[in-house]
Amino acid sequence: MSTILLHRLAHARAGDKGNRLNLSLIAHRAEDWPLLAREVTEARVLALFAHRGATAVRRYDLPALGAFNFVIEDVLQGGVNGALNLDGHGKSLSFLLLGMMIESR
Amino acid sequence: MTLTPPSSTLLRIGCGSGFSGDRLDAPGPVVDALIEAGGAAALMLEVLGERTLALAQRERLHRPEAGFEPALLDLLRPILTRCVAHGIPIITNGGAANPRGAAAAVLGLARELGLPELRIGVVEGDDIRGTDALADLDPWEGDAGAVLEPERVIAANVYLGAAPVAEALRRGAQVVITGRCSDPALALGPMLAHFGWAEDDWDRLAAGTMAGHLLECGAQVTGGYFADPGVKDVPGDARGMAALGFPIAEIGADGGVLITKPAGTGGRVDRQTVTEQLLYELHDPAAYLTPDVVLDITGVAITEEAPDRVRLTGARGRPRPERLKATVSLPGGWLGEGEISYAGPNARARAELAGRTLLERLRLLGLEGQARLDLIGVVSVFDGDAGALREAGEGSPSDLRLRLAFASESRAAAERAAREVLSLYCCGPAGGGGVRTRVTDRIRTLSFLVPRERLAPRVSLLRLGEAA
Repeated sequence: MSTILLHRLAHARAGDKGNRLNLSLIAHRAEDWPLLAREVTEARVLALFAHRGATAVRRYDLPALGAFNFVIEDVLQGGVNGALNLDGHGKSLSFLLLGMMIESR
Repeated sequence: MTLTPPSSTLLRIGCGSGFSGDRLDAPGPVVDALIEAGGAAALMLEVLGERTLALAQRERLHRPEAGFEPALLDLLRPILTRCVAHGIPIITNGGAANPRGAAAAVLGLARELGLPELRIGVVEGDDIRGTDALADLDPWEGDAGAVLEPERVIAANVYLGAAPVAEALRRGAQVVITGRCSDPALALGPMLAHFGWAEDDWDRLAAGTMAGHLLECGAQVTGGYFADPGVKDVPGDARGMAALGFPIAEIGADGGVLITKPAGTGGRVDRQTVTEQLLYELHDPAAYLTPDVVLDITGVAITEEAPDRVRLTGARGRPRPERLKATVSLPGGWLGEGEISYAGPNARARAELAGRTLLERLRLLGLEGQARLDLIGVVSVFDGDAGALREAGEGSPSDLRLRLAFASESRAAAERAAREVLSLYCCGPAGGGGVRTRVTDRIRTLSFLVPRERLAPRVSLLRLGEAA
């Protein structure tokens, strides 16, 4: 088994609405989409954001776009108007996702 | 008329600003490209954030003529004369808390520029303070359980749709100024006015809304907020990034959507940049709720037709929601912040001691509020308030910065907490430097849903060169 940094296979962008964060995840190569679908599960993403208080993750699959949309609840610790975090929008969190290590085959 | 007749088959919509802090010189090259292309065109300027509107409402309490986007005239000054001369209407939500005040200021700018006449459409009715609608709100699902105390409300605004924008354009407005409306409506409005699409032509409204969504953040679809050196590069390195071209959408009468940017500008428009922006701030991709239509992008296909020209097909629409989203702003207490740098040998241990000292001081002083520490250079933005990543984080960078954030209902407590960081100069560990402190008046926003029939959007036309 070998592991690979998600950042090698995909790119991402974060957006916020209140205390809810959305992260797009887009495969660099369309053929890697099934691997991402297998590895980057709702459970793994929830675990990745657990230290920030995330309570639920929903993954929407967009195979035609080679992409996914993750919606993560209660992860912004109050959101842009309430958070103590320097990045209250959570805009940098796309790269927390891309820092995940996944099995590459 | 400012638009060519509805028989025209193509409408170009440029975006010259994607948020209230955007580059002030961005609209110029977009306007130049629209003029050079010829044909029907419009320019949108999106400048209104949730917090911006609440701050504007507060500003208006002190100065009744204020309360609109402070940079609006700076954005318009270089382009207004050219847009008017070439029949390119400008649509902006820069009216914020005072669209009428913004219109008066733009009429003043027109006089300063020597324009003989100008017609400004003003869209109002988004502000629901003091109306029955405010008493009839249901919390949006993301803010379930929220209770509203009307007497504490700073701002309460409903997201209006594209219809009032289209009405203003049909009545001959050369500039349309709104308060809160959905961002895509700034683009869909001119499409409705130009093509005469029916208000239940859901698939075309969906295509137009998708185009507006791609445009609404300006350069975020043309290579801004995208570069990741060695992975996703923007051509020309810093030169390209410094001269990003803002987007132009080419819309067909049938709802065709093509995204491009002015020739000779920096940035890139391709499958990657377009996909990132298509999914930006989306929840369910099958149901993107707007006041005008429910947009489904799950069947969208993206085609690179030529360099920097990307076509999108397959947007589907469903009937618009019966209830519209309203954002309500309330006082959110105070945030005190302070930072101090530690560098060189043993920097991390000194910074950690400073952090523990601050928490102990807050405890001794009995300040009421919530504190958080960051070790900028070890871990900061990824961490939770409890500091789990910081405590687990290894390594001792030789140059790092300790940050204290303290939220309190009390201004005095927030100020005192920030001052404690300053006091580390003489009372903290060795070698601390570069203290900066800041105290911010916070605003809390909640989202609610309002029945559509409670609202009464209004369009007025203000004119320069004729009696008001």
